[in-house]
Amino acid sequence: MSFSKKEIWKEFSRNNIGLAGIGIIFALFGLSILAFLTIPVETFREWNDPASWLSYPKSALPVWTNYFLPQKVPEHLILLPFTSIQKSSDITAFTNLFFVDYQYDSFPSDFIYQYDAKYTGSPLVTISVTRPDGMELELISTSLPSSTTESKFTGMIFSTDDSIKKNLKNSSDRFSFSFDTISSGDIVFSKPDQNRILKGHYIFKVTIYDVGGNILLDQSRFILGGKVYGLMGTDDLRRDLAVGLLWGTPLALFIGITVSIVSVILGLVYGVFAGFKGKITDEAMMRFNDIIWAMPVLPLLIILAVTVGNSIFLIVGFLVIFGWVGIAKVSRSMALQIKTLQYVEASKLMGQKDFKIVFKHILPQLLPYAFASIAISVPAAITAEAGLSFLGLGDPTFPTWGQILHDASSYGAATRGLWWWIVPPGVMIAITGLAFVFIGHAMDTIVNPKLRR
Amino acid sequence: MGFAKYLAKRAVTMFGVLMATLLVTVALVGANMDAILKQSVAIDVRTAIINNKPLVESFKNHPEELEKYIQNQIKQEIISLGIDQPWYTPSRLGLAMYKILTLNFGHAKFLTSDTGSSDVKDIILEKLPRTILLFTTATVIVSILGIFLGAIAASKVNSKIDKITSAFAVISSSFPVWWVGLLMIFAFAFIYPIFPARATPTIPVTDPGYFVSLLYHMTLPLITIVLIGFGSWSYIVRNFLIGILQEDFITAKRAAGIDKRKILYSHALKNAAPPIITVLAFGLSGSLGGSIITEAVFDWPGMGRLYYEAITVLDLPVIIGETYVLTAFFLVSIFLADILYGYFDPRVRRQ
Repeated sequence: MSFSKKEIWKEFSRNNIGLAGIGIIFALFGLSILAFLTIPVETFREWNDPASWLSYPKSALPVWTNYFLPQKVPEHLILLPFTSIQKSSDITAFTNLFFVDYQYDSFPSDFIYQYDAKYTGSPLVTISVTRPDGMELELISTSLPSSTTESKFTGMIFSTDDSIKKNLKNSSDRFSFSFDTISSGDIVFSKPDQNRILKGHYIFKVTIYDVGGNILLDQSRFILGGKVYGLMGTDDLRRDLAVGLLWGTPLALFIGITVSIVSVILGLVYGVFAGFKGKITDEAMMRFNDIIWAMPVLPLLIILAVTVGNSIFLIVGFLVIFGWVGIAKVSRSMALQIKTLQYVEASKLMGQKDFKIVFKHILPQLLPYAFASIAISVPAAITAEAGLSFLGLGDPTFPTWGQILHDASSYGAATRGLWWWIVPPGVMIAITGLAFVFIGHAMDTIVNPKLRR
Repeated sequence: MGFAKYLAKRAVTMFGVLMATLLVTVALVGANMDAILKQSVAIDVRTAIINNKPLVESFKNHPEELEKYIQNQIKQEIISLGIDQPWYTPSRLGLAMYKILTLNFGHAKFLTSDTGSSDVKDIILEKLPRTILLFTTATVIVSILGIFLGAIAASKVNSKIDKITSAFAVISSSFPVWWVGLLMIFAFAFIYPIFPARATPTIPVTDPGYFVSLLYHMTLPLITIVLIGFGSWSYIVRNFLIGILQEDFITAKRAAGIDKRKILYSHALKNAAPPIITVLAFGLSGSLGGSIITEAVFDWPGMGRLYYEAITVLDLPVIIGETYVLTAFFLVSIFLADILYGYFDPRVRRQ
């Protein structure tokens, strides 16, 4: 029943499935490190803040889907400006030009102009576009909120703005179709004779007229809303799913590993103590164990999450409450066997303390079994947390995979065909679970020679 | 220890579990429940007094006196209802437990049954058959498929079919059922619109076609549960059977020249029955608990969705009633498994 570390590793390295599991877990840890390195921790808080995702597209497919499509779907483009300043007597015209060679087969979903301005007074902002066919369209002219002291203003102009539509209506005679049901974005990028995409070079011109002359423009960006974005696409709230999935990895590993290690240690100590003490202590402890074991886990987890709280650490605690029971049962029966071995009897006769016998002679014997059960109980913890989050009872401040799926389901992603919002989180849950199952399985065959054939 | 004594001991433990679960539930929601009750009493008393025109008229010149009077009335009402004491006083706790045990769950705060009743008992009795219908059907199909596939895999260890079954078992059990449910809705309600995405029939309950419509709406959840379940099932059956096929009595039967098939299906399977039945009972009770998420995904109008709705609006009487019924079902199925185990395995009885 005893194994040396070397023997276990030797056995393990012969098991392909176990090695595959180790490989996947290394990859997942790599992803977690990547998440910590590439994504600043402050952005964690921005996950649920719609304002921080405004420049991203709404429910965009992953970029790579373009390879499988006969028509090139427009990519989400964030354009940077070419700046020029003209001064005439007391008016300063601050111009930003945005060039784009639009070669996609359909309209952009919308366009947004985003800027940070530092100014005094009340500057005027105008936006116009020069199209490949030479037509020039005025889009909007609006003034910034007036201010007597120097103030900073972060603004956004959306293509859905009513005044853009009104301005476009002034040139409706240059188009041979009705504007009524068509969005402003579709008009700007349309051929004049019919509502089809007009490919070629577009120039968007943003001009800010200022009387004072001390205006400063930062972060001036022109965004052409596309239908594909990034490696994983975006969701209905414009969040980059690649970021969410990447963050989900360390969170899932944290939840799974913490829950399983804590519950295995608790269960091991509880079971060994009960088995070693025997008699009434054993009986009482095992009855208590029976009671927790037969409780319906999910309903109680839900009630706990609703009444006590749903922070991620509390949820880890709740999962531990129900996680240690099975391990306690098995380790008790193993302790009962080991207790009757002669060397344990001998050390008892020598007058060694109970505490020392348990920690020196019994627990080490159970270690291989403990490792196997840690690996096997990780997936259950991850799935349970994902399930709770899916019901909307998880910690909303952390983008776990279950949380992403909860959002997907509450926005009806399945019935609307937004597969890239549903498939990756579930696949990640399954892959993580499988990796630990593989390792647990390999450990099991070492610990239980009966399973070897 | 006789079998009767063994069963009695199990029954006592089960009752203990039921009580412990209820106690935990009442303890967790008790404080909330009191606050909500007191609030609703206050509102009721206040509206009753304000609507009593002559009474308000008599306080016309003394608004602060009216307020005092209202507060007094509220206090009296709270005392007469017995909620002036905290929920954990033994008399209130005992009363609460007694009420729950006798299935007197009170009235729901927000939810109603399809027929409009707000009695928690009515609501639960309406939803319970639907959950049982879905999950029992699923369990029956899963166990038949599982036993059949498991027997085939066990008779040809390490063959292609065995490897495929085992791989499918491991992979399918690591996907959450509700996630596969989302995929199924995507595949069969969006890409190929064969089945409805929401499993609640749109016609009223009183319509004669309701049951047929319910069965049609049940197809997608049923397929999902079966798809996720039968793989791991056949793997369990296979492992039990392999263990038994290595026993001496099977070798003896083989040596005696008994047909291989007969050995597998009648002798080996019969001996594997006790553990299989236990796992089956656990699977059924476990899926009842898991029904909360599955039913929420498919919008199946059963116990699970009711629980989910009750949680989202914090309808405490419904939560308590549901927890009681779910726990009772869970325990009854474990207890049944114990009895069946003893019936199939005489060693337990004689122990």
